[in-house]
Amino acid sequence: MKPARFDYIRAGDIAEAHTALAECGKDARVIAGGQTLMPMLSMRLVRPKVLIDIMHLPALRKIEASGNDIRIGAAVRQAELMAWPDLRDSLPLLKAALPWVGHAQTRSRGTVCGSVAHADPSAEIPLSLLALDGAVELSTRRGKRRVAANEFFTGMMSTTRADNELIEAVLIPKSQACTGYAFQEFGRRHGDFAIVACAAVATDKSIRLAVGGVADKPTLRDWPALDGTALTDALDAFAWELDARDDLHATARYRRELVRQMGLATIEEARKCRA
Amino acid sequence: MPRLSADARHTIRFTLNGRAVEAQAEPRMLLTDFLRHELGATGTHVGCEHGVCGACTIEIDGATARACLTLAVQIDGANIRTVEGLAPEPGRLSVLQEAFRRHHALQCGFCTAGILMSLDNYFRRKPDPSEDDLRDFLGGHLCRCTGYVPILAAAMDAAKRLREAPTDA
Ligand code: FES
Ligand code: FES
Repeated sequence: MKPARFDYIRAGDIAEAHTALAECGKDARVIAGGQTLMPMLSMRLVRPKVLIDIMHLPALRKIEASGNDIRIGAAVRQAELMAWPDLRDSLPLLKAALPWVGHAQTRSRGTVCGSVAHADPSAEIPLSLLALDGAVELSTRRGKRRVAANEFFTGMMSTTRADNELIEAVLIPKSQACTGYAFQEFGRRHGDFAIVACAAVATDKSIRLAVGGVADKPTLRDWPALDGTALTDALDAFAWELDARDDLHATARYRRELVRQMGLATIEEARKCRA
Repeated sequence: MPRLSADARHTIRFTLNGRAVEAQAEPRMLLTDFLRHELGATGTHVGCEHGVCGACTIEIDGATARACLTLAVQIDGANIRTVEGLAPEPGRLSVLQEAFRRHHALQCGFCTAGILMSLDNYFRRKPDPSEDDLRDFLGGHLCRCTGYVPILAAAMDAAKRLREAPTDA
């Protein structure tokens, strides 16, 4: 398994990355950690003519507070975010979700934004971004725009990013007072793709559940603070609406059942850790 | 901003186990093939070639990496460590390698180079891992021979010895 031929451009700064994308964005792929893109290249699922490497740009390797958000640059590795001292206080959902992303040996190079760029429907980081009302910062030579997570992911590995745009950062709102966050996942083995993953955000007035691995993109549902059968009925309705499919790893029915059971468990966990 | 053409071979200069080296690669060449075929450093093994098995694990600029998920052109200027760099001198094994031998933590040895490189890096960051930490960490490697129990025992033993006499690494 070897990639097909491509030219390689190592961007020296963000402006160079923009220029390269403006000139050949349609036939190009941006590479950072490469933990998802490299297997796709080797299996020839993608055959770009040009690869634009942004991994060496220090300007993109920053985690910083920006208003109410934490801004994570495109070259920040998953392991770096995991080791970030404020993670527990500022982004407790990410603290819970990141250990499920691949393995330590891939998190050391895989980037937070790379996972968002690929938009795998079972990936943990896009799911967390959606659950927290995060956003993606896209830039070109001409300027920047900010796209909310619920508009960014459009389907199976597809997003609203235009060919000439660089994902420069993701913005994730900081955790709120009196709000609980929880993440749970079920897969064949730890580190495999999720069969179902759940992220829950709970306050005393509301419940939010985001589910990955079932539909063709992570999917969100908000409810008031339901309990008992009202909650289980709501979860049941949500599970049916998710358009689950059978595949190699699990049947649609099995996935729906996981949404009901694990969804409930995740919501309960979020309620318990409400600070 | 140089654009490296797909059809040409380009000179890549980097540090391999403390030595400055250079060789030629097309942009699409994987780092595994580059190390093994262009530089003859066959200690780094190739199992799955898509990031799943861990046999090709090495260290790039101090961080663990799958060599099969890296392009040779990406490591221009980088500092690379591979299994060939573990032994302190010819004929002497590192503490970790010695523990693998003592505990029969390898049979065919196909997975071993990657696991050694992973653990070597891990112990420097986390000298006192619990057994659970190590189980979770070793989940990033596949071994079809040992059943993992001897690997875990060797890792625990090596971590302990390294804590007691860290200079022998
Ligand atoms: S050969 Fe690289 S992970 Fe299997
Ligand atoms: S010793 Fe044979 S695969 Fe691990």
